[in-house]
This record gives sequence, structure tokens and C-alpha cells, in this order.
Amino acid sequence: MSLPHHTHPGHALAALLSSLSLALGLAGPAAADDDERGMPRPVPPAYSSECGSCHLAFPPGALPAASWKHIMAGLDKHYGSNASLDDATRRQLDTWLQTHAGTWKRVGEAPPEDRITRSAWFQRKHRHIRDAVWTHASVKRPANCSACHPGAERGDFDDDHLKIPPGLPLHLRWAWFD
Amino acid sequence: MMLTRHLILNPAAALLLATAAMAAPAADTSAGTQLEYWSAQAGAPGQAARGQAFFTSRHGGEWSCSSCHGTPPIREGRHATTDKSINPLAPAFNPRSFTDSARSDKWFRRNCKDVLNRECSAGEKADVLAYLLQLKP
Repeated sequence: MSLPHHTHPGHALAALLSSLSLALGLAGPAAADDDERGMPRPVPPAYSSECGSCHLAFPPGALPAASWKHIMAGLDKHYGSNASLDDATRRQLDTWLQTHAGTWKRVGEAPPEDRITRSAWFQRKHRHIRDAVWTHASVKRPANCSACHPGAERGDFDDDHLKIPPGLPLHLRWAWFD
Repeated sequence: MMLTRHLILNPAAALLLATAAMAAPAADTSAGTQLEYWSAQAGAPGQAARGQAFFTSRHGGEWSCSSCHGTPPIREGRHATTDKSINPLAPAFNPRSFTDSARSDKWFRRNCKDVLNRECSAGEKADVLAYLLQLKP
């Protein structure tokens, strides 16, 4: 039997550094990679009210500029819904998303259908999550970030701040302790 | 007489509302005022029974209004795709419902296109408002 382990050298190094800083009583800032996953401040109120009323107001850094461009140009057919905006709001949010789009190393390429959940980095980060977790009644779909990341609304996706979706059977929970 | 769906405010009330608006969007109208407005635009009063049938029917597409807002829409709804919660639509169960005309217009425009693949007529909006207004606790 193999124990859950970190396969990525970066993770192993980060884990080592984090244990070291714990041992030394230091609390450093999050790795530079994680910064772009957070929410750039201030968030335009229209971003929360227009985008965030139907789904999580996703951090702009989760997609590259090309994806946001494409999404903002097709809001009348937005993943099966009409999410059209007045011109002024659309331009304002477009500019903000372009300014804060992801440039960190794994977000370079536009994912299929411009879906965050189909990005290589997303799938890698969630590689230990079983299909049955995604479809569980308290999760429903991979885009439901808040099911496991309670700080998602604030752009907090820290691995140390995870929660277990209510009712998730024990045998599906082990990834949380990995 | 010009019919408006905006409340006519005296300056003191406007100031009070402006203060309240810092925490919540401005309440520039009400569901009742909007019912009157759309009934006048349609040239006939909204009918609750017709509104109920309209609200709960799929109009040749995949969704009805109630797919996301529930039947009757007196409790929290859930977005049919994302599952994000939606505040109750019936005004008796949600005091903010239909109190911001720009917001109502926007969601009518978006959601009618999702359900009917076109914008809703004034008569359809009046019917839906009549239906929603007669839902009581």
C-alpha cells in the first residue's frame, strides 16, 4: 500500500520549507504562485453583482487574458445562459479582467471552453479527488468551489483552509488529509 | 398623466433612502408599482392565473422560470446550472424583490431570453407580477 504523498517536487519543497518555518516559528507569506489565485482588490461592485449572482465571482487570475476576452465577447450565450451586460459595465469588467488575468506559469494557455475546471493546473491540483466527490449532493459540480473552499468568495483557496462537504462518505474523504 | 413605476419621494425620504443605499441597492420602485406600470403598458391588468401558468411552463426550451426560482417561488431558489442560491422571488417573502427597476429590467431581459428565447412582453411581465404578488405567507 502506498501512503498519500506529494509527487510534485515543488510541493515536497514547499512542504519542507513550511515544516522548517513552523519549526522556526516563522509564518511566511503564501508562495508567489498562489498570489494570483486570490482576489485583486478592490473588486468592482459590478463584478460581484453581475458575475457573482449566478456563480462564484471567480478570481481573474484563474484564466488567461485570452479566455476572459472570449468570455466577455459572448455573454449573451454564456455557458447556456444569457448573461448580457450593458456596454459600460461590460467594458469596465473587461478591462479589470484583462488587467488581472492570470499570467502565472500554469495559466498561460486558454483551457477548453475557457473553463477554469478544465485547466491543466486545476486538474492537477484536484487529481486526488474522486469523480464521486464532484457529483456528491453537497458538491454537484467542480465549479462549485465553495463546497470545499469556504474562503472561495474572498479568493482564499489555501489547502490549509479546506472543508469537507457535509455528508461526504468516509471513503471519499482521504484526499482532504493528503 | 404620466405613469411612472418610480416612487415619488420627498427630499427627506430621498435622503433616508440614499443613506440606506450605502448598504443595499436603491429601492426606487416596488412590485405593486411595477405591476401597475406593466399593466398600463400592456393595456390590460395582469392576471395571476395566467402568470402562474406562464411561470411554471417551459416555453419550448429546457427551462421554466420555476426551474431556478422554485414552485411557488416563496423560498430560496437554486440556479439550474450552477446551483448558486437565489433569494425568494415573491415580494411577500423577500422585501427587496422588484424594488430596483434597473435590476428587474436586467433580469427580465436575461431570464426571458433563457426561458423563451426572446424578451417578455409587457403583458407577460404584468401577469407574472400579479401571480407573485398574490403569494402570501
